[in-house]
Amino acid sequence: MQDFSKVPDDIREAAKKLLEEGKVDLVIGFEAGTVPLRSTPCFIRNKDDVKRLTWNAFCENNLARYLRKRPEGKIGIVAKGCDVRALVELIKEKQVPREKMVIIGVPCRGMIDRKRAEREVEGLQIREAVETEDRIILKGDGFEKALNKDEFLHQSCKVCSHPNPAMYDIPIGEPVKEEAPKGSSEVAEFESKPAAERWQYLSDEISRCIRCYACRDACPFCYCEECFVDSSQPQWIGKSINASDTMIFHLVRAFHMAGRCVDCGACQRACPMGIDIRKFLKKLDSDVKELYGYEAGMSLEELAPLTTFKEDDPQGFMIEP
Amino acid sequence: MVDNKNWNPKIIAFLCNWCSYAGADLAGVSRIQFPPNIRVIRVPCSGRVNPLLILASLQHGVDGVLVSGCHPGDCHYLTGNYMARRKFTLLKSLLEHAGIEEGRVQFSWVSASEGNRFAEVVKEAVENVRALGPARKLVKTPLSSG
Repeated sequence: MQDFSKVPDDIREAAKKLLEEGKVDLVIGFEAGTVPLRSTPCFIRNKDDVKRLTWNAFCENNLARYLRKRPEGKIGIVAKGCDVRALVELIKEKQVPREKMVIIGVPCRGMIDRKRAEREVEGLQIREAVETEDRIILKGDGFEKALNKDEFLHQSCKVCSHPNPAMYDIPIGEPVKEEAPKGSSEVAEFESKPAAERWQYLSDEISRCIRCYACRDACPFCYCEECFVDSSQPQWIGKSINASDTMIFHLVRAFHMAGRCVDCGACQRACPMGIDIRKFLKKLDSDVKELYGYEAGMSLEELAPLTTFKEDDPQGFMIEP
Repeated sequence: MVDNKNWNPKIIAFLCNWCSYAGADLAGVSRIQFPPNIRVIRVPCSGRVNPLLILASLQHGVDGVLVSGCHPGDCHYLTGNYMARRKFTLLKSLLEHAGIEEGRVQFSWVSASEGNRFAEVVKEAVENVRALGPARKLVKTPLSSG
């Protein structure tokens, strides 16, 4: 049995050492949130503040989102598997130089889907959430409920095949077991349905979209100075919640993630309407892997799939009279 | 509502300046007959065709989109069509994944000397779209009516 109880202390120690030795000006990590089931990103500049740092099953945010355009010199970042993969892609896209970061790599056992956990107590106020080895115990006024951790993971965590950081400067804890997700893939399952049903499902999902762009803002890769939805010259799509505009927004945002999305699930978690955004993204993921043998965030050398080509790339879909 | 019986598909064709557009021109000057359902937009290269142009076309009510460029290896800009090929592969697959009919968005290679081939490509593209019927899925309708 691996011991994960020391992970938060190890993170604090590593952060303290980095700050003390002046190796970094800032450490980005997680601290306890103000509500149960929530850890929140925090920015530590002073070595006396490292005690705020924590690590638990609620550290769901992708911290790679915070690295771009920071004025600080060197930055320490607490990063789990998907954060590191996002960092790798950002380095390749020349958004953050590798030299600017010190990666404190933490193996990840999956993060808890707080919204689903909250539904379990049927509207009662949760006062405290205690994490044990394999359970989350929710406590409130006059009730206590234990949830099985594995059942309440985010969907992206459930199917995660790279929980360990692929690149790091300071390793924390022992790597967790990496296993490919069992059963048929989400994409294959969805594609086994008829086209009309798929269209209906996605139309129903995005009919709830309020165009708040939280998905875009949470995504580590949506860093364009001007997003195509904000552009007015040309104005690609309308800004209202028209069904056609909304569908095109989601299709194109997904398309822009081709070969970059690391399936951290940040977009889906950020969505206030609970839209199944990953349905679009996972398709591109699986296509890029199948057709071009590329998996985002796994290597610093391999060229991103849409920046390169092979002469014999598949082209079976072309009209050949 | 469009009357299906008297309906003729309207297809936007993005043709690259160096090959397919010249191919279309050759088909024209050679008096080769092909269906008049396409509306041609000349672009510098098939690699220039932003997926948003394709989606915007469908949103504005065309029934199909055809993108045609130089054959692989013949691109005027050396690699534009290779890049486009990857982009279109993923786009087409994503659209079909979302439930948009296969054949709404079509791609082909036509060189400047292939007037006959251009006519054949257009014939096939029009037939494919005709079989699908009018496009409805991405057409933008005002909020009040739906």
